[in-house]
Amino acid sequence: MSEPHSHAHEHHDHAHPHRHPPRPDTDDTLGHFQIMEIAVRELLIGKGIVSPDEIQRAIEAMDTRGEALGAKIIARAWTDPAFKARLMADGTAAVRDFGVDMGTTRLFVVENTPTVHNVVVCTLCSCYPRMVLGLPPDWYKSRNYRSRTVREPRAVLQEFGTIVPADKEVRVHDSTADMRYLVLPERPAGTEGWSAERLAALVSRDAMIGVAIARTPA
Amino acid sequence: MTGRAAANASVPARFKPGDAVSVRRAHPPGHIRTPWYIRGHRGTVVHALGPFANPEELAYNRPGLPAQPLYRVRFRQREVWPDYVGNEADTLDIEIFQHWLEPAGGER
Repeated sequence: MSEPHSHAHEHHDHAHPHRHPPRPDTDDTLGHFQIMEIAVRELLIGKGIVSPDEIQRAIEAMDTRGEALGAKIIARAWTDPAFKARLMADGTAAVRDFGVDMGTTRLFVVENTPTVHNVVVCTLCSCYPRMVLGLPPDWYKSRNYRSRTVREPRAVLQEFGTIVPADKEVRVHDSTADMRYLVLPERPAGTEGWSAERLAALVSRDAMIGVAIARTPA
Repeated sequence: MTGRAAANASVPARFKPGDAVSVRRAHPPGHIRTPWYIRGHRGTVVHALGPFANPEELAYNRPGLPAQPLYRVRFRQREVWPDYVGNEADTLDIEIFQHWLEPAGGER
C-alpha cells in the first residue's frame, strides 16, 4: 500500500477509536471453519481431485492480484474512450484485455460522475471483485462496514475521509448475487494529457470500492 | 456457487428496466440472497441481467434450474429507511432474483 492510503487509515482509526476495538489474536486456535477447510483440502488432495501444487499456484495467483491491476484498468478507461465504453457495457469481456478471467461471476462497473458517487458493499457476506482487486481488506468483511454502509453511507464515507457534497447522490451497491462491482472513479482535475501509467498511480483500492476518491496530483 | 444458465432452461423474464416492483415480504428458511432489510420495499428495475441458476438451490448442490432472471433494482434510501440522513436522491442498488419480485401497484 502506498503512503496516502496508510495515512487515510491512521486518520480514520484515530478519529474514531470506538468504532474499531482491537481484535483479539486468534491465530493460536483453529475455528470450526478453519478445521473444516483443512479437512476438505486434505480429502481433495487424498482423492487426487486437486494437487498441493495446484492449490499453491491458485494462492499465488490470488496474491498477485490487487490495487495495481485495478488501477491499470481504470487508467485505461480514463484515457481510451472506446475501452471505457466496452468496460461500462460488459466489464467481464473488457477486462479480458488485462488477462482477467471473472470465472463464474460478472464484472459490473459503476461510474462516479459530478452528480453520483458510488460505493460497494456486500451485506450478506463479502462478495468482492477478487479477480481484479485480489483479497478484500478486513474492514470490508466487518459487520460494522457491512451493516452501516447501506444504512448510513454518508457517515461511513466520512470516516474514510470522503465527504460527499449534500447535493450529490450517494448510490450504494449491495453485492448480493452474481455481479462483482468495480467503481470507476472520477478522473482528477489537473491531469490533462497524463499517460495511463501516470494516472494509474492516482487510483487506490479504496477509490475502486468507492470509500475514497482518486488521489489528486501532488 | 453461482452460474449463468442457458436461456432455454430459464423462467421467462417478467420485468424490464423502468418497471416498479416490490420485494416479497417472505421469510423462508435456507440460503437466501435477498437481504432481510429490503423485503417488503418498493423499487425500480434498472437492469435486467439475464437468467442465473437459483442460488437457493445451488446451495444444496442441486442444479438451480430453471434459472431465474436476475435484476438490479434501485431503491430510494428514504423509502427503505424513513429516518435516513442524507440526500433525498440517495439510492441503493441490489441484485434480486425474479421470484422475489412482484409488480408494484399504484398505491402509495
